[in-house]
Amino acid sequence: MAKRAFLFLLLVPLLTYANIIKVCKSCKETELSSAIAHAQKGDTILIYSGVYKARNLIIKIPLTIIGIDNPTIDGENKGTILSVNTDYFSIQNLTIINVGRSFTKDYAAILIAHSKHFTIKNLKLRNLFFGILIEKSHFGLIENNHISSVSLSEAGSGNGIHMWHTSDVIIKNNDLSGLRDGIYLEFVSNSVISNNKSYQNLRYGLHFMFSDKNEYHHNLFKNNGAGVAVMFSKNIKMHDNAFILNWGSASYGLLLKEINDAEIVNNTFEQNTIGINVEGSSRINYKNNTFLRNGWALKVRGACYQNKFTNNNFLNNAFDLSYNSELNDNFFNNNYWSEYTGYDLDKNGIGDVPYRPVKLFSYIVNKTPETLILLRSLFVDIINFSEKVSPVFTPDDLLDNKPLMKKAND
Amino acid sequence: MLKILKYSFYDLMRSRWSYVYFMFYLLLGFVLLFLNNDVDKAVITLMNIIIVLTPLIGTIFGVMYYYNSKEFTELLLAQPINRSKIFMGQYLGISISLTLSLVLGLGIPFVLYGLFQSAAIFNFSLLLVVGAFLNFIFVALSYNIALSTENKIKGFGYAILMWLFLAVIYDGIFLIFLVLFNSYPLDKFSLAATMFNPIDLSRILILLKLDISALLGYTGAVFKQFFGTNFGLFIALGLLTIWIILPVLRMNLKVKKKDF
Repeated sequence: MAKRAFLFLLLVPLLTYANIIKVCKSCKETELSSAIAHAQKGDTILIYSGVYKARNLIIKIPLTIIGIDNPTIDGENKGTILSVNTDYFSIQNLTIINVGRSFTKDYAAILIAHSKHFTIKNLKLRNLFFGILIEKSHFGLIENNHISSVSLSEAGSGNGIHMWHTSDVIIKNNDLSGLRDGIYLEFVSNSVISNNKSYQNLRYGLHFMFSDKNEYHHNLFKNNGAGVAVMFSKNIKMHDNAFILNWGSASYGLLLKEINDAEIVNNTFEQNTIGINVEGSSRINYKNNTFLRNGWALKVRGACYQNKFTNNNFLNNAFDLSYNSELNDNFFNNNYWSEYTGYDLDKNGIGDVPYRPVKLFSYIVNKTPETLILLRSLFVDIINFSEKVSPVFTPDDLLDNKPLMKKAND
Repeated sequence: MLKILKYSFYDLMRSRWSYVYFMFYLLLGFVLLFLNNDVDKAVITLMNIIIVLTPLIGTIFGVMYYYNSKEFTELLLAQPINRSKIFMGQYLGISISLTLSLVLGLGIPFVLYGLFQSAAIFNFSLLLVVGAFLNFIFVALSYNIALSTENKIKGFGYAILMWLFLAVIYDGIFLIFLVLFNSYPLDKFSLAATMFNPIDLSRILILLKLDISALLGYTGAVFKQFFGTNFGLFIALGLLTIWIILPVLRMNLKVKKKDF
């Protein structure tokens, strides 16, 4: 799908006889708004360096806007800067600053609505409310943009890339910081999000709502209010991402809520309060992930069935697993647990004694969170040990029957 | 007093136990750093050991030294020396020699493995300071027990029981309270409960400095607010000082009245 969209974009200039309109301080056109008004279908507008004040520009015909020597468009904090309502639109190499803030309207640097085949490349967006807002549009490419703002409160700030009822979009190599959500997707499908950096955002680095069949990989999510949230979605592929330092009393690396049939492969979760918080999610494959120095590596809440955890590394987490039900329908096998104390007599790399990832203390903490204050106390070690020897409170069948003796994929 | 302090100190230095203790920490430090080569992580592991072992060794040394040197103490008591000076000298002698073993034993390997280049230096110093406090506290407590108990076996028993209570049983009771009364706000209670136990106080102090406070949830936030600031750190260290002063005062009172 994405390839098709790209091909179209390549072919567009060949199919039409396009004019070039230049905008600069000494050109015939000195303002962007008049250039857009005079442009014909399929024209290219070249903007030369300088600061152009503009707001509420509306584009209704296919156009290509290209900045040369880094021009700046200043919205003077008054509202949406560019609204696009046409197919085959492309914008590149510009800086856009000062989008207005509002509590009632979603002002954005670029709003794309009811459009197909759009390209947004190499933009720098600063001091924003919403950055790129996409509604009911399809087949797009959002690449190499640098989007940042200073967000102070969740209500008074917007998302970097916000998509709604959209499909077949590629979002890659973007840098998102200081926003509410770095990337927000609602009713989005068949989209790929890759190689982005999303950090220091107020809420989530990446946020999925009701978005099926998407994929995100090789992204970095660091220092966000609460990492990444994936909610009410099916068939999501998440691989090779890094979730780092999402640290705070209500924070986590990855939140899964009502997610079914997903793949979580090759990700790294490092120093998050909770690595993955799972709720009501079934048939998920967790494979080859590394959980390093998290508070809880995995917090499994209610209604999670038929999940498979294989070949993951659990290294130096305060708790490997927290589990609040006495029933277990999830499957743990061939993981490496740094706290495993068993032995391997036949030297086949697999421990001969099963490992129980849920400790008694983790069970108690689940019931009474205040007891966490006793973390690393000798008493806690003693009760954990006695529970390990003969489990009474923790689910009997929740165990890794074949724990690895050495780190997986080392 | 200084003379007696010096005598007790040298006496302990001459005895093999001080060296064994020193060697133990030295070995522990090297093994820990050899195994994971990361000063930061070694500090966390060390915390568990310091919090459990330092009080235990302080307690045993205190009781043992009192009973072993009892005859010599009685000889000293026959001389025209102030009683509290004799016992304070002995007390400081043991505490200082134990602390020295701890600081040197752990300090040497960590310095050799590049502590000064590591960001963990503050955490490590806090760990040693807390270890030193625990030494002074538990030697004082055990001296109190020994002074009040003529019978050697009983004295040992009480001392070990005291350690067991503060290190393990106290937390168990604490846990039961938290579970039983979990429908009430418990943050103030937890704060107070930790203050009544020097081991818990040290543990929380180090945990908060190691920045796992976010993990501790709401109660953790209350603790962080209280102990996390420099002011809170001083309060915590002040409380530990009170934990030294009270047993020492009682020791002095007891010594004055005691019929040897």
